[in-house]
Amino acid sequence: MVELNLPANSRVGVGKTINVANGAKRAKTFKIYRWNPDDGQNPRVDTYIVDLDKFGPMILDAIIYIKNQVDSTLTFRRSCREGICGSCAMNIDGTNTLACLKAIEDVKGDVAIYPLPHMPVVKDLVPDLKHIYAQLASIKPWLQSQSPAPSRERLQSPEDRAKLDGLYECILCFCCSTSCPSYWWNGDRYLGPSILLQAYRWIVDSRDEMTGERLDNLEDPFRLYRCHTIMNCTKACPKGLNPAKAIAEIKKLMVVRR
Amino acid sequence: MANGSGRPLSPHLQVYKLPLTALMSIAHRITGVGLGVGTLLLTWWLVAAAAGPEAFARAQGFIGSFFGLLLLFGWSAALYYHLCNGVRHLVWDAGKSFELTDTARANQIVLGAAAVLTVLTWIVGLAAW
Repeated sequence: MVELNLPANSRVGVGKTINVANGAKRAKTFKIYRWNPDDGQNPRVDTYIVDLDKFGPMILDAIIYIKNQVDSTLTFRRSCREGICGSCAMNIDGTNTLACLKAIEDVKGDVAIYPLPHMPVVKDLVPDLKHIYAQLASIKPWLQSQSPAPSRERLQSPEDRAKLDGLYECILCFCCSTSCPSYWWNGDRYLGPSILLQAYRWIVDSRDEMTGERLDNLEDPFRLYRCHTIMNCTKACPKGLNPAKAIAEIKKLMVVRR
Repeated sequence: MANGSGRPLSPHLQVYKLPLTALMSIAHRITGVGLGVGTLLLTWWLVAAAAGPEAFARAQGFIGSFFGLLLLFGWSAALYYHLCNGVRHLVWDAGKSFELTDTARANQIVLGAAAVLTVLTWIVGLAAW
């Protein structure tokens, strides 16, 4: 349901300011969303003023520096630091992206960092992904077949394999789903762009034999058709994929099979 | 998203910088609602025409007033925007124009076409009035 305002326990206050730039030539201000589950208080935005010459060029370098050198309570997910694991997805400068792929110099002025939007917060920049993982499981993201297993690989023509390009690269960072206003308002039932892109990845796979069942599962006013082509998903995807197009292809298949 | 966990909900509209395509999407819905309301005005005008010369003169007087013309201008702009953007939705439904460069160009075409059609309509309308 559409709720434009945040609930009372989620309104964001002003937190502390820590300045460790010490008159540095290249000082930069980071405003970071904080929430501690243990202190019973509302979320707040803490301000860190740091020297850009102390760490690498990416947003992830900055928040790792802040955690290691300035404020060890800052909590966020990160792993590969090269855009392949999807852990450090967050809202940076008003857009969802991966902290490791976002250059600090691409942000004009202060750098605002929030968790992925409209998600329950576990702590600071860590959103609770339980529900979205359950949605992923609901589309059965694995190859299903009814014919007996062959004695060797299931072969695929180069043309059929090419249909998976732009789909298999998805790293499930959920930048797209949490950028989608439809997912914000109806995320309890709407599957959202990331899960629908995954669904399409298996629908178009020539080796999968459950295409009809997969489409049946999506033929629903909410699970699929809450997509109104707002296009935030495609705009946000840090891997340059096109979830909006994948969803449109599913909608087309729904019409074609009638 | 529903969560009974006591966890706060992370900011969404409060922090997200909505791209033009997203703003045009919500504008499509707002103009759709506006057209529904505007149709009531049109219905009133038609009913007044059927009810007799006095009622018609009253309706005509309101619509011809500054405020009435302002409403009519908004209604025509909403109509053309909704129409042009509706055509773009047809293209999307055909699975086309999904690349970001396509959507950026289509944004300009829709906004431009709606503006031109609205202005043209008013030039013709006011000249004929």
